[in-house]
Amino acid sequence: MERRRLATIWLGGCSGCHMSFLDLDEWLFELAQHIDLVYSPLADVKEYPDHVDVALVEGAVANEDHLHLIRQVRERTRILIAFGDCAVTGNVTALRNPLGAPEALLHTIYIERAEIAGCLPHAPGIVPQLLDKVQPVHKVVPVDVYLPGCPPPAPRIRALLEQVIAGEDIRLTGREMIKFG
Amino acid sequence: MAARTFTIDDQLISAREGETILQAAREHGISIPTLCHLDGVSDVGACRLCLVEIEGSRALRPACVTPVVEEMVVRTDTERLREYRRMIIELLFAERNHVCAVCVANGHCELQDLAIAVGMDHVRFDYAFPRCDVDISHPLFGIDHNRCVLCTRCVRVCDEVEGVHTWDVAGRGADARVITDMRQPWGEARSCTSCGKCVLACPTGAIFRRGATVGEMERDRNKIAYIVAAREQRW
Amino acid sequence: MDISELLTIAEHERTMRRPTCIRCCTALGCQSAGSLSLKQRLEEAVAEVDRTDIEVIGVGCMGMCGHGPLVRVDPDGVLYEHVHAADAPSIVAALDGGDATAPRGDPQHPFFTLQKRIVLENSGIIDPERIESYIAAGGYQALYCVLHDMTPAEVIDVVTRSGLRGRGGAGYPTGLKWATVAKSHGDRKYVVCNADEGDPGAFMDRSIIESDPHKILEGMAIAAYAVGADQGYVYVRAEYPLAIQRLQRAIAQARRLGLLGAQIFDAGFTFRIDIRVGAGAFVCGEETALMASIEGRRGQPRPRPPYPAESGLWGRPTLINNVETFANIPPIIRNGAEWFAAIGAEHSKGTKVFALTGKIRHTGLIEVPMGVTLRQIVEEMGGGVPEGRVKAVQTGGPSGGCIPAALLDTPVDYESLQRVGSIMGSGGMVVMDDATNMVDVAHFYMEFCKDESCGKCIPCRAGTAQMLHMLNLIRSGQATAADLARLEQLCIMVKETSLCGLGQSAPNPVLSTMKYFREEYEAFVRDEGLAG
Repeated sequence: MERRRLATIWLGGCSGCHMSFLDLDEWLFELAQHIDLVYSPLADVKEYPDHVDVALVEGAVANEDHLHLIRQVRERTRILIAFGDCAVTGNVTALRNPLGAPEALLHTIYIERAEIAGCLPHAPGIVPQLLDKVQPVHKVVPVDVYLPGCPPPAPRIRALLEQVIAGEDIRLTGREMIKFG
Repeated sequence: MAARTFTIDDQLISAREGETILQAAREHGISIPTLCHLDGVSDVGACRLCLVEIEGSRALRPACVTPVVEEMVVRTDTERLREYRRMIIELLFAERNHVCAVCVANGHCELQDLAIAVGMDHVRFDYAFPRCDVDISHPLFGIDHNRCVLCTRCVRVCDEVEGVHTWDVAGRGADARVITDMRQPWGEARSCTSCGKCVLACPTGAIFRRGATVGEMERDRNKIAYIVAAREQRW
Repeated sequence: MDISELLTIAEHERTMRRPTCIRCCTALGCQSAGSLSLKQRLEEAVAEVDRTDIEVIGVGCMGMCGHGPLVRVDPDGVLYEHVHAADAPSIVAALDGGDATAPRGDPQHPFFTLQKRIVLENSGIIDPERIESYIAAGGYQALYCVLHDMTPAEVIDVVTRSGLRGRGGAGYPTGLKWATVAKSHGDRKYVVCNADEGDPGAFMDRSIIESDPHKILEGMAIAAYAVGADQGYVYVRAEYPLAIQRLQRAIAQARRLGLLGAQIFDAGFTFRIDIRVGAGAFVCGEETALMASIEGRRGQPRPRPPYPAESGLWGRPTLINNVETFANIPPIIRNGAEWFAAIGAEHSKGTKVFALTGKIRHTGLIEVPMGVTLRQIVEEMGGGVPEGRVKAVQTGGPSGGCIPAALLDTPVDYESLQRVGSIMGSGGMVVMDDATNMVDVAHFYMEFCKDESCGKCIPCRAGTAQMLHMLNLIRSGQATAADLARLEQLCIMVKETSLCGLGQSAPNPVLSTMKYFREEYEAFVRDEGLAG
């Protein structure tokens, strides 16, 4: 069977989904028989490669860097999977949205509540600009598969990846597969 | 009491006269999704999840308030109904801030269960991300409007079972909120007896026991019906 | 009070009349244009020339509201428009020859000649603040006739045979509704007049009440006799202060003459009417919400059945009709079912009052026989749009739809309007010209519905908010073709699942503009790329 090119992406999230991915434990060895991990925060790859078969996208789109990366991912990936609640709904990452524009929030955090003379983080090219609103991935680019969960438990990730490897039409239903939270 | 026979989803059903489609269906193990319905209090037909198709009627009918009629033919699970139910659940998730991951009711939430039941793996509508209050002025309980679906179970259980009417609804449309007394903070609502029936009745994490953290808000909603039945038998 | 007293009042009123009568409109539209001071100046001008053969009376709406304040000098029927207080002396002087300084209106304009006035028969003629004026026009004789010469069943039979259908919008057969209430059992029954007119651009009911309030009271009393009710309520919105004031005055006058209250016309019939003022919620025009509001509860709808005819106010049988429906009753009783049934279209009998507004030369209030075409109303009576061309006509308010100019030959009746995707509604008719963007129109109505949704049922509460949001996305160029399709799906869902008429019809302005003006939506759409 042809080996699939897998990528995992970490946008605005806590990396809990990636931790859950690692919870696949010894099944990771089996997975490694079928895939090449071509891009991941778990691997030292700087540039998102071309011709990726499957991408697991953790996290919501919260800043300019996320926006840039997710567009690149979409262009270069066949099956884009929103991986976990932040990617699917915005989740905890989007909890700032009801509070309004990010400037006010940054001001509260870095100036009003700073213990010593605070200043707003400003380092173009290093610290990315926050977007006005945190968005789930499908609001920014088309998403092919949604895998809810905060984080999705390892068996759920495995069930999905087994379908991916088998090349089936991916269909997720029921409490075990699509429960949020 | 006269009996009625009719069909739900091609299954022949017998029911007592005056029973609703929902009651008859549940007695026969046919599940129709509901959210505003709560055994023990009156029905308001507001959530529209229990809408069913009835042969010969153009309009969809809420099963919770529609009495059975001899020989009626009811469909509860058509393609159209499934799509409408999913859209209704999606609208609820988009309307306020239902963040299951950090909710006291995670794992014990009727809205979460309904999302699974209707196959909602994501919300196709844009989230409104409204700013909603959390009121923890009551010494025992709290209300988080981010998670309220306006089912009005709390309003009805407080009025009809506890006989107090601390809860009501103020404002309209998307601005509607459940309120205590004349929109005072719950802790200052003098009519509240702190009986906790609203806490039992709430389908989501909106009304909770203070101190409960993520996933800890379990509740036995059947207790409401039990209280009502016990009282009726004593009389 | 008996019939001879009634006729004496009428006779006395007629003998008091002066040969020349200057009628000055005092309905709300003309009042806001200054007609009260105008009327006062007219009275002073008459006093100054010391003419006892001239009287000045305040009357209700004459129709061409956009040209107000209006003054008509009878018996010659000379019409003046845009009249200022300063014109008053010249109008009085013109009675002896010469020209008045106010512009002359044309009473032979199709706006007037194509009308058929049944509901508005007294409007602009009688003084709405004096019961004697109504009685002199034959008022309360129908009530007398009903109480003395007809059984309740006979009254219902006449209404049924007349073919009258509810003028509130849905067009339910009035006689059938009455018969259901009459047959329902209850220790008390109620009659309710729905005057909670709230459609943007609609002012039929307000004008009718302001111009001829007693007609409503008489119609309600006849209905009460027919169905066996002894208490009536007029539910009128607080935004109509003049209508409320005139109703209050009319009820007090009728009570004083024994035309309301106990033992009306000594016939063993008792009927009282009270006013209930709404608190500014559009949804309270929906009958179950209206009843909740009268009972002092939160004004929100409940599922039907049970219908008000069986279980209405405080669980008792309740007849709810709209203002215009009740206004049709006295003429039907007076002239007979056959007379009424001979007017109008096959399944829509009688006339309909419309509030003609928007981009049109002659805005105002008209009453036309059912079956006239939209083209006749818009182009002939309304004089067309001032600039450019007619693009669409919106009927039925936020519950209705936009009918494109190509379908202007559609006759105005319940079924025809429904067939083209709109509804008769209560009678708002907004004309749009080709400078109007139809997505903006849909947005306007959706904003209205979102603000007015009571919030009880999810599809309406969350659906209108979401539809409005999607329309905003479209208008700001952020939507894709997939979003258009999703909006359409959402519209259909909200229409089919909402609890009451507000939600069930809220998507109509979007659906009808999408149907007839889809290219205007597509013009906003950006390239595919981000699908949801």
